[in-house]
Amino acid sequence: MKTIVVVGNGMVGYKFCEKFVAQPESALYKVIVFGEEPRVAYDRVHLSSYFENQDAKALELAPRSWYETHNIDLICNEYVSDIDRDSKSVETASGSNYTYDTLILATGSSPFVPPISGVEKKGVFVYRTIEDLEDMLAFAKALKTQKNNPKAAILGGGLLGLEAGKAVMDMGLEPHVVEFAPKLMPRQLDKRSSNVLQLTLENIGIHIHTAKATNKIIGEGQITGMDFGEDDSLEVDMLVISAGIRPRDELAKRCDLNVGIRGGVVVNEKMQTSDPNIYAIGEVALYNQMIYGLVAPGYEMAEVAVNQILHKNDVVMKSSIDMSTKLKLIGVDVASFGEPYMPADKGLSIIYENKTKGVYKRINVSHDGKTLLGGIMVGDAEDYGILHQMYINNMPLPDNAEELIVGSRGEGGGSAFGSVIDLPDEAVICSCEAITKGQVCCSVIDDGNETVKEVAKATKAGTGCGGCKPMITDLVKESLKTLGKTVKERICEHFNYSRQELFDIVKTKKVTSYNNLLDLVGEGNGCEVCKPVVASIFASIYNETANRQETIQDSNDRYLANIQRNGTYSVVPRVAGGEITPKQLIAMGRIAQKYDLYTKITGGQRIDMFGAKLHELPLIWEELIEEGFETGQAYGKSLRTVKSCVGSTWCRYGMDESVSFAIEIENRYKGIRSPHKFKGGVSGCIRECAEARGKDFGFIAVEGGWNVYVGGNGGANPKHALLIAEKVDKETAIKYVDRFIMFYIKTAQPLQRTAPWLDKLEGGITYLQNVIINDSLGIVDELDKEMQALVDSYKCEWKEAVETPEIRERYTHFINSDEEDENIEFVSLRDQKMPKEWA
Amino acid sequence: MIANTFETVSNEDVTTWFKAAHLSKFPKNGGACIKYKDKQIAVFNFEREGTWYACQNLCPHKMEMVLSRGMIGEENGEAKIACPLHKNTFSLKTGENLNGSLDAIATYPVKIEDDFVYVGFVD
Repeated sequence: MKTIVVVGNGMVGYKFCEKFVAQPESALYKVIVFGEEPRVAYDRVHLSSYFENQDAKALELAPRSWYETHNIDLICNEYVSDIDRDSKSVETASGSNYTYDTLILATGSSPFVPPISGVEKKGVFVYRTIEDLEDMLAFAKALKTQKNNPKAAILGGGLLGLEAGKAVMDMGLEPHVVEFAPKLMPRQLDKRSSNVLQLTLENIGIHIHTAKATNKIIGEGQITGMDFGEDDSLEVDMLVISAGIRPRDELAKRCDLNVGIRGGVVVNEKMQTSDPNIYAIGEVALYNQMIYGLVAPGYEMAEVAVNQILHKNDVVMKSSIDMSTKLKLIGVDVASFGEPYMPADKGLSIIYENKTKGVYKRINVSHDGKTLLGGIMVGDAEDYGILHQMYINNMPLPDNAEELIVGSRGEGGGSAFGSVIDLPDEAVICSCEAITKGQVCCSVIDDGNETVKEVAKATKAGTGCGGCKPMITDLVKESLKTLGKTVKERICEHFNYSRQELFDIVKTKKVTSYNNLLDLVGEGNGCEVCKPVVASIFASIYNETANRQETIQDSNDRYLANIQRNGTYSVVPRVAGGEITPKQLIAMGRIAQKYDLYTKITGGQRIDMFGAKLHELPLIWEELIEEGFETGQAYGKSLRTVKSCVGSTWCRYGMDESVSFAIEIENRYKGIRSPHKFKGGVSGCIRECAEARGKDFGFIAVEGGWNVYVGGNGGANPKHALLIAEKVDKETAIKYVDRFIMFYIKTAQPLQRTAPWLDKLEGGITYLQNVIINDSLGIVDELDKEMQALVDSYKCEWKEAVETPEIRERYTHFINSDEEDENIEFVSLRDQKMPKEWA
Repeated sequence: MIANTFETVSNEDVTTWFKAAHLSKFPKNGGACIKYKDKQIAVFNFEREGTWYACQNLCPHKMEMVLSRGMIGEENGEAKIACPLHKNTFSLKTGENLNGSLDAIATYPVKIEDDFVYVGFVD
């Protein structure tokens, strides 16, 4: 039996083991792995997630038992100190010797610490291992008890530096990123994209300082600041150095292997070092005079080494290595592929920049306009996967190459790319694991895997950085189609139906209780996913309030109030159109004062009262109802508010009465439950003070009528609503929106707002116009009737609750005691109160 | 630390069966909170399954007394509770956090006698 010794148990060292034991011939070898860190191999790429959960186990690539199962000796916490190439043996720091037939150097790299005076001071860290992170966490914690608003700087504005910036922000420190170059991510981005990224990051609260050369770290023993020369300095309490990597080649140097001038163990295309019995892979290997600091090339090197050792000599490293990357940096998409920026003699660039949205896209195209040479994307890298494939596979570009980056939404005709299924079989979809399109499709068609999860398990595709998951999802879907199977959008394990199918079943079979539906077409006993979906369907079909089947309602619907941080609730009465009388204001103020509620004006032009305890809710509502208020359904997936500007009754620009219209329409749709919340807006003129285009539906008064917009929203992914009809009268405008809402309610997926629903609707806005205006499906009569039935059967569910003793009984914290929950504590805040901070 | 006041009690260790309330006070297929000494316990009548469950009312995520107001359900045949605040789910059998790595919650045995609900404690 031959022995392979692997020095280094990082991601690439682990990958070597994984790939090696997958080969049947590996049974003839004994594998011994040395790791200098105390733990098994872990995912360094997603290291920053450790700050969110501090769960080292979640980062593990494989548990210790995996090594045992595969008969690999894993020796952690042991540094290999020397190699004797003549006797083919290694010596460890603790003095043990092991002989090898083949040696793998996978020692990786260490953070490069520039020779700046003061780097040894307390509070200066590097960012590489879980231990580094633990030290940083402990230091940050102590820092926060010593002073207010402590600051932390990151030296280095590259990929890892920005990750570290996010990490210190998560620790509660004010983050400052200091970069030597005049731009962020200088190796991947051009100046303009870097500016866009910088703006976005600054908006989230990360301070960026570019073109700063750090001269000195200031402080007596512990860091207090950084000195940039010429009286320029920055006060900081902690510093994380992330200024690049240096290959860990000290072992190779000690035994006289060839190393590069700036470090790295020289390897050939077989990953062999100058000693044919020693291979080097990953960040320690210098291949084509380059060190590759990405996971994908490291994995490829592991694959080559495995094959070479097992005498499959034709598997060698490609001469050019793809350094394309896509990542989500602090919630911002950043991607670059091929030649991100290139000289004008090689080709031309098409650039799209939208600073208001924080989006920059650039593609570089050959002079003849036929091939894609590379590109950069910041802020929106949704199309990275397919663009990268076009580049890698040298696919022909469409005539109007600009459509690749400025494609418009929902205008009918398909995307400029065609489909991922059109890629050649050999196209590499998952570059971390080098899985091709053919392999993914085979896994579905030949091996019978039907979900992305199953395919990932069988092929490992998508298990690295995960960037290719959208493409794998499409491939699985398309492959299933070729088998005549469709991918079912199933709600959960209890209902093998989509929401739309379930809607139709409830309607045609006239099912009225959740239990009956489960017995009739479901499996098992239900869960927190399907219960609220079914509740919403009952509400849409029968207009039944949340009071009837209270235990299938979502948290807020069950108690008709919004649960807040400390388990208390907030109360929002309806203030249609935002119009409220002084008398009502006084009444609301009196009630809020009586129950000691925190009050705030909401974004939807009404008043939110926070801090009500469960048993107080019916008491508060009794008083509100007496004053003429109704529930505002702020807790429901239902109509929230219709926001309005003051309109022509007061405004000198107003074209029509926006407030009257808003009140009418809010009262029309109040209480209607839907797949997700929906909001409206009415503006009296095109100045659009009511921001109606940021709502699910909006009306804007123009000369000669109302313009009608649908499918907008604010939130995490803001979308402007699209024009569906122009200059129509009020009745027509309402009719169109009635049909739009009803069609949405009947066909959307659970928790899908109107904008993404419209996005996914095949044919987009043109199709929607055909359905609700031209009646292309012949359903508008039905939609009209269904909407009218909902409007006619409205009742205030809070009135129902306070008037019904059995419902009122639910509003008690303990069912066996009248005591209150003693755990709820408030502290004062600007003359009001707020929940006490979570411990 | 408030979380430490809860410890799982197994049926055989029960020394006190606390008579909590008449079973009609508990919603079907949902939860309610009872007070025993200084403890808050969430009790669930999982009628579809024909089983009663009890667990601490405290969600270990943000330390709020809210679990009794969550939805119950099952995952791969195992009864669970979803916290109403952030939808963290816990097994009602083992207390284990099913969709994350939060600490497990404590569970307590329940018995029904003469239409009254009893929860078992060791003190």
